[in-house]
Amino acid sequence: MAKAGAKSGGSGNKGLKRKAATEEPQEAAVAEDGTTESRVQPSKAAAFPPGFSVSEIKNKQRRHLMFTRWKQQQRKEKLAAKKKLKKEREALGDKAPPKPIPKTIDNQRVYDETTVDPNDEEVAYDEATDEFASYFNRQTSPKILITTSDRPHGRTVRLCEQLSTVIPNSHVYYRRGLALKKIIPQCISRDFTDLIVINEDRKIPNGLILSHLPNGPTAHFKMSSVRLRKEIKRRGKDPTEHIPEIILNNFTTRLGHSVGRMFASLFPHNPQFIGRQVATFHNQRDYIFFRFHRYIFKSEKKVGIQELGPRFTLKLRSLQKGTFDSKYGEYEWVHKVCAYSLKSHLDNFKRME
Amino acid sequence: MAAAAARWNHVWVGTDTGILKGVNLQRKQAANFTPSGQPRREEAVSALCWGAGGETQILVGCADGTVKNFSTEEGRFQGQRHCSGGEGIFRGLAQVDGTLITCVDSGILRVWHDNDKEASSDPLLELRVGPGVCRMRQDPARPHMVATGGKENALKVWDLQGSEEPVFRAKNVRNDWLDLRVPIWDQDIQFLPESQKLVTCTGYHQVRVYDPASPQRRPVLEATYGEYPLTAMTLTPGGNSVIVGNTHGQLAEIDLRQGRLLVCLKGLAGSVRGLQCHPSKPLLASCGLDRVLRVHRIRNPRGLDHKVYLKSQLNCLLLSGRDNWEDEPHEPQEPNKVPSEDTETDELWASLEAAAKRKLPDLEQSQGALQTRQRKKKRPGSTSS
Repeated sequence: MAKAGAKSGGSGNKGLKRKAATEEPQEAAVAEDGTTESRVQPSKAAAFPPGFSVSEIKNKQRRHLMFTRWKQQQRKEKLAAKKKLKKEREALGDKAPPKPIPKTIDNQRVYDETTVDPNDEEVAYDEATDEFASYFNRQTSPKILITTSDRPHGRTVRLCEQLSTVIPNSHVYYRRGLALKKIIPQCISRDFTDLIVINEDRKIPNGLILSHLPNGPTAHFKMSSVRLRKEIKRRGKDPTEHIPEIILNNFTTRLGHSVGRMFASLFPHNPQFIGRQVATFHNQRDYIFFRFHRYIFKSEKKVGIQELGPRFTLKLRSLQKGTFDSKYGEYEWVHKVCAYSLKSHLDNFKRME
Repeated sequence: MAAAAARWNHVWVGTDTGILKGVNLQRKQAANFTPSGQPRREEAVSALCWGAGGETQILVGCADGTVKNFSTEEGRFQGQRHCSGGEGIFRGLAQVDGTLITCVDSGILRVWHDNDKEASSDPLLELRVGPGVCRMRQDPARPHMVATGGKENALKVWDLQGSEEPVFRAKNVRNDWLDLRVPIWDQDIQFLPESQKLVTCTGYHQVRVYDPASPQRRPVLEATYGEYPLTAMTLTPGGNSVIVGNTHGQLAEIDLRQGRLLVCLKGLAGSVRGLQCHPSKPLLASCGLDRVLRVHRIRNPRGLDHKVYLKSQLNCLLLSGRDNWEDEPHEPQEPNKVPSEDTETDELWASLEAAAKRKLPDLEQSQGALQTRQRKKKRPGSTSS
């Protein structure tokens, strides 16, 4: 029986679910069979002794052959089952039961209690009086300063230039090794409303710090998948000076609202529809995808779009309450990773959505 | 609002928008209370303390310099007094023998005579503590002793019945290994029970214990935790350790006998603004900038007990120290509550009998919602008032 134990221990990864239920008769069969050669011979015949497992064949080529044959059989059975189900549905016609909804990660998500209800007065008051209130009341218009970390390389410089064509009323300045805490008071005195710092690592941009200026929150993002204009296939001509429209998708929770408002306050309030340009921030599972398109309505319902402009993906790392002060500032939200829990890994994907 | 149920609230939280929230963990409900019916940012709550007479009154210090009196029995704000003088928000509120002690950011500590008149009388006593105060705390054992500390403002212990000079003035630690002066930033102070010792936590992630009884004015014990400023601190039942929270939302329990870290508590995502432990049960309430009130259990087994999403940023909290956590069994049920509610609503209802059905916006919703919320256990909901 010890030999049997070793053999069934060896049936690790290739464990077939069909055969797993027959573990106990398998041990009995091993005791009866004795050697392994006797198991190879019955493979030629269609009937196998009960309790036979493909993973116990020691010969790799044979084992592979048996496995592929089994897989093909599974596929045939699955196809047959599907056809049968389809036939049954057609036969029943209207009386067929409704199709079951497939399980997706989005479906299985736990409802986030911080989702903002549009009728909520407390949140509405909070938003009406927060740091972005002056922008949303049309009292200030945005003026953006774009800069990078010190000594940027080509990709980052070009990304900054392209970003400044996308965001109206923005200015790019070279960093020259200045401390952010010294830049910020100077910006405030020159009436800048937002500061964007693109962080670079190993010659590619990988981080974005967005700080709303007078005393507003600072968001720190991880930036990935940066594509400059010339890397975008089938793109249109360069964007014009018209003010684009903004689309903010899926920023439903309270944190999502704060971040969404930060993005909205980068662009002036009055989009020029003549320009037919639109900047999209699409949030899905806590990744924010930025795209810049030009659209044209071919008919009432059909739109053609051309992608212009850079594209990148952002993921929020932290949202800090004041202007940039990573050491002594107070954080409103910090991304915490629990390294060894899958459930918390999936839960983390519902922060902003 | 659920006026009679207000007294059974376990935690009272003050927010940035001026709303005082009462949370009942047993029934998983949260109720909003505002002095003027509307949230106002000028009334942002910066300090909370229990008033006279057990835990029936709460003193709420607001950003516009007023201290409002809230009664938990009746569930509404009763009076307010304007405690003017000094710039900055309240950093400490305390109550002793019918007088009120307030301390503001600019360092002016005043003792006011506690009369119910709204007119602001002159303070009984005024002390200048030094600018940049971050916390003023009253010794629960000797209510006339208070301690203050802040940014570049060393820890000082004042005796309000004694002289105008501090009883104990702490000295800064020695210069560090580069022979540079170590900066001071005392963020929170606690008095240790059954001794004269004090514990402070600093913005430079240090936890220090001072002993006024010893001839040494420097800290007796120093421990560090993390790399971020520690913003709040509380004593655990038992008195041997403190729990500190920092601006990244990390909570840690630090043993004061050896100065080492015992446990960390998970869950908070934002800066910790308020922490309080229950005096006898192993429960810790924490609130912060991530708009969630959490109650952790700190011993056997350690973990999160309750989590309540309250929609505004939370500034400070008060945990009820009472022993029976459940409500009184003979709580009058909702139908009985209606007669004791405002008569205005009854008149309104009467006038509505003839007209078409119309729902009252706040009161009736919370009445009906209270019933349903007891069944809905999934969401620890928070309501509008």
